[in-house]
Formats: sequence, C-alpha cells, structure tokens
Amino acid sequence: MGGITEMAVSLTHFLTVSAILLVLGVFGIFLNRKNVIVILMSVELILLAVNLNLVAFSGALGDLTGQVFTMFILTVAAAEAAIGLAIVVIYFRNRGTIEVEDISTLKG
Amino acid sequence: MIAALAFYVFAAILIASAVMVVTSRNPVYSVLFLILAFFNAAGLFLLAGAEFLAMILVIVYVGAVAVLFLFVVMMLDIDFTQLREGFQRYAPIGAIIGAILLIELLMVVTTWRFAPEAMTLRLNPMPAGVTNAEALGRILYTDYIYLFQACGLILLVAMIGAIVLTLRERPGTRRQNVGEQIARSGSVALRSVPQGAGLKVIGIERPPSPEEAKPKEVEYHGHGGHH
Repeated sequence: MGGITEMAVSLTHFLTVSAILLVLGVFGIFLNRKNVIVILMSVELILLAVNLNLVAFSGALGDLTGQVFTMFILTVAAAEAAIGLAIVVIYFRNRGTIEVEDISTLKG
Repeated sequence: MIAALAFYVFAAILIASAVMVVTSRNPVYSVLFLILAFFNAAGLFLLAGAEFLAMILVIVYVGAVAVLFLFVVMMLDIDFTQLREGFQRYAPIGAIIGAILLIELLMVVTTWRFAPEAMTLRLNPMPAGVTNAEALGRILYTDYIYLFQACGLILLVAMIGAIVLTLRERPGTRRQNVGEQIARSGSVALRSVPQGAGLKVIGIERPPSPEEAKPKEVEYHGHGGHH
C-alpha cells in the first residue's frame, strides 16, 4: 500500500476483527429471538463493529472524517439504546413480559 | 511489536466477550461482558490512533449505555429461563447466516484495495504536530457544526421521548397541585390571633376525627378449654 500511512497493525487485521464482531452481533439476534434486551445489546455490538471499521480506515488513511462519522454513530447509538430500553420498560409494565413474539399483536 | 501484541490481546478479549454477550444464560452477565467488550474496543481505537474516541467510548458506552442496560435488566422482573426457549432451534439458522455473512465479508476484506488517488481525495487530512482531540475539535466546530448541532438535537429528542414514554400517572396517589393551592381563596380565612394563646383558647377548626373503635369485649370463662 504505497503512500498509505503506516500503522503499527495493518488495516486488514482491524477489518477482520470488525467483521467477526459484526457476524457475532447478527448471530446474537438470531440466537436470542425472544429477549429484546439481548437483541438491543447485539445491535450495540454491530454498531461497535461499524465504528471500529471507520476508525481503522481513518487511522490508515490519515483522514479525520471517519472519526467524525464515528462520533455521530455513537450519538445515534446512545439515543437508540435509551429509546429502545424505554419502550421495553413500558411494554413490560403493560404486559408483564418482554417476549418479542408477543409484540406482533399490535392492535389498537 | 508491543503494539501488535496489544492488538492481539485486545482483539481476542473483544471477540471472546462478544461471544459471551450473545450466548450468556443470564442477561446480567451479558451486560457485564458488553462492558468488557467496550473497554477492549476502546483499546483497539487507541491502537488505530483515535485517542479521543477511545475515551468517548469508555465514557458514553461504559458509563451511560451499559449502566442503562444494567438498570433495565435488574429492574424488570423477567423470567429469563422462559426466554431461553428456542435457543437450540434458532442456533442453526443463525449459524448458517452468520457463516455466509462472514465468508462474504472475508472475501471483501482480502481482495479490496485503495484507489490509486485515495490519498489526494482525503477530505480532512490529519494535521501534523496536533493531538487527536485538538484536530477533531478543529473540524468538528467549524466544518461539521451543523451535524454537531443535529447530534445535540437527536439527544434532546431521545431524552424527551424516553421521559414521555416512561412517565406515568399512578391512580390513587395524592400529589401536590401547586397551582390549585395558590389559586385557592375564600375557603381559608386569615385572622389575627392573640399571642401566647394556646390551641384550646383559639379553637382550631379541623374535621372531626372518627371515633376510635372500642376494643372488643371478650367474655371471660372461668375455666378455659373446650369440652
């Protein structure tokens, strides 16, 4: 990679770790089909993988734009977690359970 | 050399704790492993040269998001064993889709390369001799100020939304209604009282208290015991 800023660890290593992390997040969504809280945690893992990708490219290219993007993704992820958990709390208060399959009965 | 070693340690712990997050039996352990994963991701961020974002990750994710998860997991009284049903049933299809996704991603990761003119197309090259936080601040408050403000707006909307969603009026509770108290007039009379007079002299109007129930009379039998 001529001209690319040399990091201590190559970019491919970072990309591989982040790919594995993303796959684990997707796998977690399938594995915990019923538990909304663990699904939200899996979504956090997926967003973390995306952030790791952006930061790794930012470091490899010497371009700060990736880090700005990462900051915005962090903001949106924090907002999403807060809203998601608030919905979980009121759903549990109304129904006494957080099973995802019961949530499909959204009527009136 | 040390950087490579640190990378492998951080990456190994990150992936191991991510596995524990999705497979752990108890969601409390899941949250704790999520915290561990965030710490190790912060270490990877440091290795990639993003010191400021590493600190932000620890503060925002570990300090706020993970603690929020922990609160919710511990606050709700959920039967988690019931939620584990179908764990084995969904595992194969999840593994198949995950494997396909991983293979595709690895194909992309191993075959892509930078465009020849990538270095000239950089939007914000890192200035030399400036710390990462200062360099980020220079562009964040100038070029990206509108996006930065939009971020604040998103957080505000999320905060208001979470409060509106979870706020509830409990029936049967007596809350202080300040407006009603201030607007009240006529029903309360103000009068001047002589100083030093006791309550009996002035006579305070209070609602009559209901009479206390008399203790039940128990008949006394000379010789106890039932025959």
